[in-house]
Amino acid sequence: MKKTLFDKLWDSHCVERDTDGNALLYIDRHIVHEVTSAQAFEGLIATGRQPRRPESVLATVDHQVPTTKRTLGLSGFTDLIAREQVTTLAQNCERFGIRQFGLDDPRQGIVHVVGPEQGATLPGMTLVCGDSHTSTHGAFAAYAQGIGTSEVEHVLATQTLVQRKPKSLRVQIDGLLPLGITAKDMILHIIGVLGSSGANGYVIEYCGDAIRSLSMEERMTVCNMSIEAGARAGLIAFDDITERYLCERPFAPRGQLWQRALAYWKTLYSDDDAVFDHHVSIDASSIEPQVTWGTKPDQVAPISACVPDPEQQDDSVKRLDYRRAQEYMQLSPGIRLDEIAIDTVFIGSCTNGRLEDIQQVATLVKGRRIAKSIRQALVVPGSGVVKMEAEKQGLDKILIAAGFEWRDPGCSMCNAMNPDRLPMGARCASTSNRNFEGRQGVGGRTHLVSPAMAAAAALSGRLMDVRQLQAALE
Amino acid sequence: MQPLQQHQGIIATMNRANVDTDAIMPKQYLKSIRKYGYGDWLFDDWRYLDPGDVDIDTSQRRLNPEFELNQPAVAGASILLTQDNFGCGSSREHAVWGLRDFGFRVILSPGFADIFFNNCFNNGILAIVLPQDVINQLFALTEAQPGLPCIVDLQQQTLQCSSLEFSFEIEPARRERLLQGLDAIEVTLGKQEAINRFENHHRQQFPWLFEAL
Ligand code: SF4
Repeated sequence: MKKTLFDKLWDSHCVERDTDGNALLYIDRHIVHEVTSAQAFEGLIATGRQPRRPESVLATVDHQVPTTKRTLGLSGFTDLIAREQVTTLAQNCERFGIRQFGLDDPRQGIVHVVGPEQGATLPGMTLVCGDSHTSTHGAFAAYAQGIGTSEVEHVLATQTLVQRKPKSLRVQIDGLLPLGITAKDMILHIIGVLGSSGANGYVIEYCGDAIRSLSMEERMTVCNMSIEAGARAGLIAFDDITERYLCERPFAPRGQLWQRALAYWKTLYSDDDAVFDHHVSIDASSIEPQVTWGTKPDQVAPISACVPDPEQQDDSVKRLDYRRAQEYMQLSPGIRLDEIAIDTVFIGSCTNGRLEDIQQVATLVKGRRIAKSIRQALVVPGSGVVKMEAEKQGLDKILIAAGFEWRDPGCSMCNAMNPDRLPMGARCASTSNRNFEGRQGVGGRTHLVSPAMAAAAALSGRLMDVRQLQAALE
Repeated sequence: MQPLQQHQGIIATMNRANVDTDAIMPKQYLKSIRKYGYGDWLFDDWRYLDPGDVDIDTSQRRLNPEFELNQPAVAGASILLTQDNFGCGSSREHAVWGLRDFGFRVILSPGFADIFFNNCFNNGILAIVLPQDVINQLFALTEAQPGLPCIVDLQQQTLQCSSLEFSFEIEPARRERLLQGLDAIEVTLGKQEAINRFENHHRQQFPWLFEAL
């Protein structure tokens, strides 16, 4: 029978299936961070259970950690409750024999940056993490999904998850991405097409030549935001680009084992004529730079567009949703998106906190200054390794000279659990993944964009089409 | 987990689509390492006029009189009626702990986000998906009579509200677990042998997945 990539991953991990379609799914890799694990470990301790395979778990701290004064270690925390969570994770890892990249480890960083970077994420595996953006790892042809804390405990104790097989959705993106358009624009556009709940109950496989030509970092950006359309996971088939990325990564197999793994990985694609439950086609050449105007990632439009009119929406629930979003964002229908002034720029997160993202920003701002009206412009590398690489290339100096702050790795202003927050009423061009009310700080307003668009916004003090800047550069 | 067979309670409404878990339980409360005590922080940004944090006494904060759940007619509500894609966004189970600790046992919606849906059932909350027209009828009923009582019967898979009765469906395995209040881990640990067998075979087939980190 013809199988989709997802069928292959699913079938190779089913311990058993019952008659109503529930399966017990074996989990190969578990990544853990400080915010969603404490109660799970507590549950294990309370019931006297042990993790089944502690050596399959990788832990790091990211959500709560301050992004300044890292050399101070735990004393760098101003929030003592956050600090307790970080020390609790360290204690739990120590107690159960789990490998942790702690605050002082040069490999510490955001879970979804660290896993792939270290080769802990491998093709063909099932991977979970108590974090919805775990879909990121699907870029490696792995079935990777976010889970709740009860399920974190369940996977620790049993190395399995109980679930029904999700349906499959193929998103086919053909054609060439125009110059200046990035993977972030591609995924924001896809979310706009699918809607916030359009992929609920599905696993998305991204196919087509526009996907094949993306680097691994770009593919991760695409898969990362699958959850913003409601998908359980995102997937991209294995190819030479995946192979090149993985070769020699610290936790990737070596020697004969690598050869054996590689032979298997090369089977990780959807067979021709495999049947998907649903299919969407997108023409890459028609994608423009995207920017969100509302408080959901699907409230997105090309930079050349205007804020839409709620009254023009057919659906009454949507009308209400649009009105609420525009009230929160303090935007009225008809305002041109490229006339919206911003005062904050955030470059980072598990969506766009990798080396290529930082390189893109540095290229655009080199020798220039950010606009005077910008109150804060942050660049937060996704991991210690990203930070080190960027510094090796001198990118930190370029960014600092342009007026950016160069920080230590963590989630930072993506969800503002650490001290990096938008003040009430601030308006931010952000490379992160969620523009929910209060996401970057109570009363803060978020416009999601690509790193290139964020750089352009930093320089001009407003949302603008980065292609104009690029044209001026040439 | 607290079992649920039949539940009778008041319906509170939230006529909003795409309510995300950041709104249900804002980030500052995720610092807590407890599993209980989240009820006062449920919908915190919408519910109170002044900002809160884990170490701020909620009883001293001013309630937002406009917020749905602050209406006197729905005081003590244990059934939440909402619009589509409820619980989208972050996987934080704290959102469900907040709903549970506030007193909600049942949530009615045209659709839920996947991770949130699982989190509900892992904490004894019955999340029921109903067709949009049934949801619309329920909204109309509750608008006419705020604080409308309702009886939910999981055994029969029915919902009774004023003179109307609706049926719903819950996957048999989930239903069984909730009816009996079973611990999911305990159930799976009963399948150790099958897991062992699978794991041995998996290890032979994919040895590189078993290298220690
Ligand atoms: S960077 Fe943002 S989205 Fe990603 S894991 Fe951290 S908080 Fe979550």
